[in-house]
Amino acid sequence: MSTEDRPLGGYIPRDRDWQPVACAPAYKTSITRSPQQALLSFPTTLSEDSGPVFGHSIIGPLDSNLLQNYAGEGAIAMGPRILIYGQVRDQAGKAVPDALIEVWQANASGRYRHQKDTYIAPLDPNFGGCGRCFTDARGYYEFRSVQPGAYPWPNSENSWRPAHIHFSLFGPAFAQRLITQMYFEGDPLIWKCPIVTAIPSREGVESLIARLDLDATLPMDSIAYRFDITLRGRQQTYFENRAEGL
Amino acid sequence: MSQTPKILNESPSQTAGPYVHIGCTPNFSGIDGIYAEDPGSRMVNDETLGERISIKGCVYDGNAAPLADALIEIWQADAAGFYASREESRGLTDPDFGGWGRSPADMETGDFVFETIKPGIVPYPDGRPQAPHITFWIVARGINTGLHTRMYFDDEAAANAVDPILSSIEHRQRVKTLIANRESEAVFRFDIHLQGDHETVFFDM
Repeated sequence: MSTEDRPLGGYIPRDRDWQPVACAPAYKTSITRSPQQALLSFPTTLSEDSGPVFGHSIIGPLDSNLLQNYAGEGAIAMGPRILIYGQVRDQAGKAVPDALIEVWQANASGRYRHQKDTYIAPLDPNFGGCGRCFTDARGYYEFRSVQPGAYPWPNSENSWRPAHIHFSLFGPAFAQRLITQMYFEGDPLIWKCPIVTAIPSREGVESLIARLDLDATLPMDSIAYRFDITLRGRQQTYFENRAEGL
Repeated sequence: MSQTPKILNESPSQTAGPYVHIGCTPNFSGIDGIYAEDPGSRMVNDETLGERISIKGCVYDGNAAPLADALIEIWQADAAGFYASREESRGLTDPDFGGWGRSPADMETGDFVFETIKPGIVPYPDGRPQAPHITFWIVARGINTGLHTRMYFDDEAAANAVDPILSSIEHRQRVKTLIANRESEAVFRFDIHLQGDHETVFFDM
């Protein structure tokens, strides 16, 4: 076993003051779906420090290209073309390679290809709305898509979701399992959404807002947004602390 | 010089929402032709070692209504107690078992099902054995941060009695919320209650 591979400590506990509150009454569905009892705290064990390994062979050539992965022959999804990219790192700032990322989103009109979405906005016959990829050796990922539309939802009479893309992430440990949403810089709906504002701090919300990145645009093709994601990291072991202090 | 390294904040979680199936089980949601099959939909093959079991259950909200839009994932050791993970250093894992499964709740009834094997014993960090268990992770509309818990087996009473996690539960009447009941020879029932008298013990680990 190399130094790089030697066992480290368990995972840093989730910061429950930073994460969204479980019961956010303005987000009505959370009222009956949030645990009421205290969560059981314990240090992670091998059952949480381990996690599934996905073979890269599951990914097809168009899986990260939502512009084309559902489109008919020679067709392309409708809407503003975007490139989303960023780095997945852990809480120590270390890149997370080989992380499986799955994304899903509404089309440019704000409509999901889902039997339970009844919004009046039309489906795009050339847009499915799902994609996936692995992070590379430096922890970076990239998706091509269309900018999703905002849409109304049955929370209050006038609730609108800001434009967003859902992200699901697997790090090497199941303790790191995360589903979140990415928002777009400058969208005024972000701060009015009760799902977003279940996150207690402005800084926390801002960490989910992708930044316009003109340096990464594909000229005459797609505008780029950067969205970095931080997964839980491992505790420093006593051994590591002492070694550093020597 | 000793220096406390800067620890970044984890990205905040957000609800998986009602359309999680599009991204996680697209074929189940009717979006076919992109992925050959939904990830985690097949956990075992003919060569997998261990006792074949089905796990059936449902997630209930505070009104005892089933969640028809939940997504449930499980993670478990193989029959010998080894995880098919980069973290596993104790021995070789069953090459025919990946250990991870994903099941969408039925869009009408809320029922989920996993076809898997009964896992072996996994050690606690101090070396004590942990009773056979399966890690569960539940996301859905209205759940802002995915919920971790575990399923144990009712036919492992002796092992359950000394399991370090089960033993740490202060309110002993809640231990049973983590124990699946063998409903028939190869079927275990494990219902998850988000609230109420039977609220499942969820983890912050």
